[in-house]
Parts: sequence; structure tokens; C-alpha cells
Amino acid sequence: MAIKRLFIANRGEIAVRIIRAAKAMGVHTIQAYSEADADMLAVRLADEAVCIGPAQAALSYLNVEGMVAAAKAAHADAVHPGYGFLAENAGFVRALDAAGIIFVGPSADTIDAMGDKVSARQAAQAAGVPVVPGSKGRVETIDDAVDVAAKIGYPVMIKAAAGGGGKGIRIADTEAELRKMAPQAQAEAKASFGDGGLYLERAIQSPRHIEVQIMGDGTNAVHYFERECSLQRRRQKVWEEAGAECLDEATRAHLCDTAVALAKAVNYVGAGTLEYLYDSVTANFYFIEMNTRIQVEHPVTEMLTGTDLVQEMIHVAGGGKLRQRQSDIIRSGHAIEVRLNAEDPFLQFMPCPGQITGLRVPEGEGIRFDHFLYEGYQIPPFYDSLLGKLIVHGRDRQAAIDLLITALKGLEIEGVKTTKPLHLALAQDASVRSDDFHTQWLEPWLASGNLKPTPEITGGTS
Amino acid sequence: MVQVLSPVPGTFYTQASPEEPVYKAAGDAVSVGDTVGLIEVMKTFIEVKAEVAGTFTEYLVESGGAVTAGQPLAEIEA
Repeated sequence: MAIKRLFIANRGEIAVRIIRAAKAMGVHTIQAYSEADADMLAVRLADEAVCIGPAQAALSYLNVEGMVAAAKAAHADAVHPGYGFLAENAGFVRALDAAGIIFVGPSADTIDAMGDKVSARQAAQAAGVPVVPGSKGRVETIDDAVDVAAKIGYPVMIKAAAGGGGKGIRIADTEAELRKMAPQAQAEAKASFGDGGLYLERAIQSPRHIEVQIMGDGTNAVHYFERECSLQRRRQKVWEEAGAECLDEATRAHLCDTAVALAKAVNYVGAGTLEYLYDSVTANFYFIEMNTRIQVEHPVTEMLTGTDLVQEMIHVAGGGKLRQRQSDIIRSGHAIEVRLNAEDPFLQFMPCPGQITGLRVPEGEGIRFDHFLYEGYQIPPFYDSLLGKLIVHGRDRQAAIDLLITALKGLEIEGVKTTKPLHLALAQDASVRSDDFHTQWLEPWLASGNLKPTPEITGGTS
Repeated sequence: MVQVLSPVPGTFYTQASPEEPVYKAAGDAVSVGDTVGLIEVMKTFIEVKAEVAGTFTEYLVESGGAVTAGQPLAEIEA
């Protein structure tokens, strides 16, 4: 049953993005909003809007019962969750199922299975997706640890089998180090958890973050190639690219084909992303997790492949079959997205909510700005700091970076501090321009004082 | 009587987490630099510190309440 009335259970730029996709498909839109969001752009653009509770997300955008009741009262036949909030909440999906409303995304069982790291790792392995090599289970003795390490390869990460989180993790580069560290780790694990069992895993140092976009209709699945998202601060992506220049064609094909195999194996419905660590020295990639939703950085993939992923996910959620075969999906050129956050990059990225007093959006071929701003809009302090995403597409990576600089200079967001100066500095940095970075690169770069308020990066007023 | 003002807009909390005790109760001694509250702004938490020493009187905003920049949060008898 094709979707006719779509309820948007999210806010900010992604709500605007979903409304635009739905309108292009002739779908009636109903926007949920909290009391703090009555003035947001998505409320103005939607056909209808429904207040779902107070400013605090726990009482509005994260309230499963309230959200389902609002969708039902609005006679919605489907709900799009966007990203964050309830997008990967299996309980929300089950509540919608019970109310007879379509969830634009995979089934509750798929969300449960892929949300659990152990079961996701098993599903990935079963589908032939490489995972970080590790011991099959607990390792009891030092000699066992040495045997396992010889098989999985150094450097190895030594973890307590019983513990969680990062406590007690050691990295051994050689057998001699392992023989010294393993007894220490055993003693510490015994003291901390009452269990001296260890677990060994290959340590992937200074990895890149590579991810593959997939789409499924429950029977068939396709991929839309990969994204490179290694420029991160506090585990938040700040700059994303499609594709990943560091991959050769054979590695790219293997990465993308195994991702499709996993999507088919779990009868995946909707948009999903498989995230990997990539060791550019050995050209090996390792599955870390799957996100069962549309992602913030999906526009770079749309620019690379010319596909509207949000429309496609609404289409398959309504029972439609994939409209593209794998051979129809062609990558062309190179795309880059940067996240414009309401933060002061010269003051430890302190959040800066406030009023937008002026807005100038760059235009031109290969430039796109996904956002929810307008002049006079008061950005509420209750939600995350993402204001918009500037996306550029060029014939190759260098052309895309040059276009990014032009587009950033043409973007003026007045009234609040933004991360625009960070992106201008990154776009002019030699390591970034030569694609020489990894997930541990940006924070030391910032800590070393590479971001300075020079005229080249603060030329605008934002 | 000195009022502690919110440095930023956001959500105000009188305790570090729901399991923790309130930062200050009526009659507590306050030193300069003591944390008297927490503001959540765009998913970032900022501690609100006392700028005067004295005796804590009361919170002026309920924990979990929305506040604007410059809004009085608490009172200290200096």
C-alpha cells in the first residue's frame, strides 16, 4: 500500500528533508513538533503540524506513547523517524505495528538484531562481511594468548572477557609484550571482575571510518557505494565524503558486495549503513556496526549517485520494490558534506543557540545546502547544534574541495557562531587536501592549535 | 542576597544526575567556585559556579526547567 499520509517524528533539517521528499512524491505531510519548535521551518512547510509535548525531548520527540497516539489521531498511514530520537527504537516500531501504522525503516526484529553488537557481528560473519579478527571466546592461559595472537596478527588488543567498556585494555605489538602484559591484564581482570579470563582482538590503529549505504525492499537489496567519514571530533563526524579515495576498485567492490549480502540475509527494508574500520596500511576493512536508519551524511551519496534516498525509503516502506538495479547505480565525480553547527570553534566548540539575523545561501551547480534556517528564526537550546549541511559535488576530489571553499565563502549565517571557520581551515589544510588523515587525526590537529582566527577563515561574519 | 544567573539558555538541573543529591540545600555554606547547578545546552552540559561566598538560600527554578540566558537560578545570602 503506497503511503499517502506521512507523519514526521523528528525535527530540524532532517524533518525539512523528509517533507521535501514526500511532497515530490505527492504524499501529504504531518509534522510533529514540541512546544519549543512551533516556529521551525518544517512546521511551516508541512501540510499539517501537531504539537506532541513540551520542549524536553524525553517528553516529546522521545515519547513513544505520545508519538504513536499523535500519528494515530492524525490518521497517518506511515511514520518517518529521521535519525536520532526514535529512529532505532524497536519498541516504537512495535507500537506502530500494533496501531496499524507503517514505520519507514526495517522491522523491529531487524533493529533488535542489528542493534546488539554480538548478534550484528554474527550476522555479518555469516554473510561474509569481515569483522575484527579476535579470539573465538575466552583465553585462559598466557600460552593460549600467544597462540591466538599469532593467528590474528599483531598488534593485539587485550581485554577482560568479563568487563565492559575500555577498562584494562592493553595493546601488545609483539609476543614479548604480550607475555608481559597478559599476566597484568589477568590480575587486573581478576581484581576488577572476579574473573581473570581474557579476550584478544586485533588492534586497528589510526583506522579510517568507511561506511556503505544500502537499501532493501525485503527481498532484494542494492548498495549506493561507500562514504569516507574519518574527520571526527568526540566521535561526531564533522566532514564526510563520497567516495573514499583510499580504496582501490577491488576493495571497494568487495566492501560493497558483502554489505549487500548482509542486507539480503536479514531481508532488510529501507535505508541502512554498514560502518567499518579501514586499515589503509594493509587495505583490510572490518565491520563495526550497522545503523538501521537514514544518516546525517546521506546527501553525499545522493550527489554521487543521483538518487533521492529519502524518496526511495518511503517508496519501499509503502511496499514498493527497489526501482534501481545495481547496474543502474553509477558513481560519478566526488561529493563532500560539512556540518554547520551552532558552536564556537575558537571556544572549545561551546554551543551557541540564538537568533538567525541574516542568511545568505550559496547557489550554483554542484552546491546544495540542507538546513532549517530562516531570517528571524530563534534556534532553541534544547536539541543538538546541527544547523545545516553544506554539500558540494565536483568532477574529482580536488575540484570538490575547491568548490567547497567557494561555497563556504558564499554561506553567511549571521547571529550565531558556527563551525564554518573550521571547515574553511580544513579545506585549506595540506593533509586534508591530500586525503592523508584517519579517525584519530582531527582532535590532535585542533589541540596543536592549527585552527586560528586568521582572515582566510573568518572572512565572513559567521 | 545575590542571585546566580544562567550564563546560557537551556535546561537547568539542580543535581549532577537523578541519583545524585542536589548541589546545594538551604543553609549550606557556599564558597566561590562551588558548583550550584548544571545547564544543558544543545546536548552539552555546563556547570554553573558560585561567584560569591555565603549561605545557600534556595533554587529559583525547578530541576529540569527551561531557562533563558541571564535568568536567576538560585539565591545566596552573601
